[in-house]
Amino acid sequence: MKRFLVALSTFVSLALTASAETEVHATGDMGIVIERATGSVLIVDQSDMAVLARVEGFGDLSHASAVFSPDQRFAYVFGRDGGLTKLDLVTQETDGQVIQAGNAIGGAISDDGQLVAVSNYEPGGVRVFDADTLAPVADFPTGSKTIGLVDAPGNRFVFSMWDTGETWIADMSGTQPQVTKIEGMGVNPYDALITGDGRRYIVGLFGEDGMSTLDLWSDAPSVQRILPGYGRGEEPLPVYKMPHLEGWALAGDRFALPAVGRHEVLWLDAKNLTELGRTKTHGQPVFAVARPDGRHVWVNYAHPMNDTIEVIDTLSGKVLRTLTPGPAVLHMEFTARGHQVWVSVRDADRIDIFDTQTFEKIGEIPARTPSGIFFTARAHRVGL
Amino acid sequence: MGKALPVLLLLVSAPPVQAQALSAEQQDRLAHLVVQDCGSCHGLKLTGGLGSPITAQALEGHTVEGLQGIILDGIPGTAMPPWRPLLSETEAAWIAAYLLEAGE
Repeated sequence: MKRFLVALSTFVSLALTASAETEVHATGDMGIVIERATGSVLIVDQSDMAVLARVEGFGDLSHASAVFSPDQRFAYVFGRDGGLTKLDLVTQETDGQVIQAGNAIGGAISDDGQLVAVSNYEPGGVRVFDADTLAPVADFPTGSKTIGLVDAPGNRFVFSMWDTGETWIADMSGTQPQVTKIEGMGVNPYDALITGDGRRYIVGLFGEDGMSTLDLWSDAPSVQRILPGYGRGEEPLPVYKMPHLEGWALAGDRFALPAVGRHEVLWLDAKNLTELGRTKTHGQPVFAVARPDGRHVWVNYAHPMNDTIEVIDTLSGKVLRTLTPGPAVLHMEFTARGHQVWVSVRDADRIDIFDTQTFEKIGEIPARTPSGIFFTARAHRVGL
Repeated sequence: MGKALPVLLLLVSAPPVQAQALSAEQQDRLAHLVVQDCGSCHGLKLTGGLGSPITAQALEGHTVEGLQGIILDGIPGTAMPPWRPLLSETEAAWIAAYLLEAGE
């Protein structure tokens, strides 16, 4: 009997060890999905096309976004209500939360992974936190709704002001932050992006016909207007959802950028910053995102045309494929090498997964009013 | 033209849109629109974003007619677009009343 007990306990401990081993789950092919209406987040596995966990308690997640720690273990989720929540993808639990402002719009993580910054509408400005503890580190009040916050190489954050048309560059590398202020970016910047090489900061403007850019490789970056007068003086169409700019704009030798108030994607020569042409689209573009290899650009649209995705061929600028996943397509996220794209279909409570070569739908997962999808591969990209 | 005429007459002779009540289904659709699509600028909880807060508290002092006008025609010079291409006057009035009552 005693011998049996020893054998049994050995068996049990072996079984426990084995099960502990199988629970190890590397995070490199994970991601999160924002469930905007319920304030919850799904942790997903790209390879298995599966939900690993639903984590609750993120607050108001309308217009939520996320960045990842360099080790791809933690997601920092930015909520509308000013909540900044640190989510541990390994334990599948939250690991800290601060309500850092009244009304926020997004965030960024520094290149060294030590600082997390949040841009706020109310009170307008950017607040910076320690990525480990979420303790406050710096505060940059701007007196304006603040948008287009990105990280830039050299431990810098760059952000722009809706009300005042300025862009500020906050250098966090020294003992005290150094802020460079650039005026005259344009009327009502609504969002901005930084290219993956950290060189070019591109600002979308709601209040004027054109965009502007800064060359961050310059010692003293100055405003350069791009695509001036792209609206050709025509009355803009109503914009029922602002376009978003993300660091996926570069497609080969050109940028694909959503027009505002026009149903067009604009093509900009990445070297000379001159217009190469435009593609007529199904509606007001929201996201125009290049597949990671740049060969195609996928575009989704504002209400009420938001059941459709168009895939544009980068070389010809022609619409190659039209997909209609379902009501309210809000976001598209490519796998790191671009072989698949995950699409949130908000009003169908579903994520659709497409093969990007065949355009066939190859899977779906249920999600409650899904919006943003963020894969951990973002951890290793400037500006995401 | 000969074919189009009866249709036109039918439209003209139909009662004005305002006089028609909205079905429960239409009301659900509009409530969804307020939360999800107005919410993309004004926030899911209507507490504001790029757009102003539009909670009942924030809208105190506004009238249904005034808000209906803003919804239908937008506010020029701001990001508030005209919804007239997408909503009827009845629907806009319903949304205005809904916003003023929400949270009460």
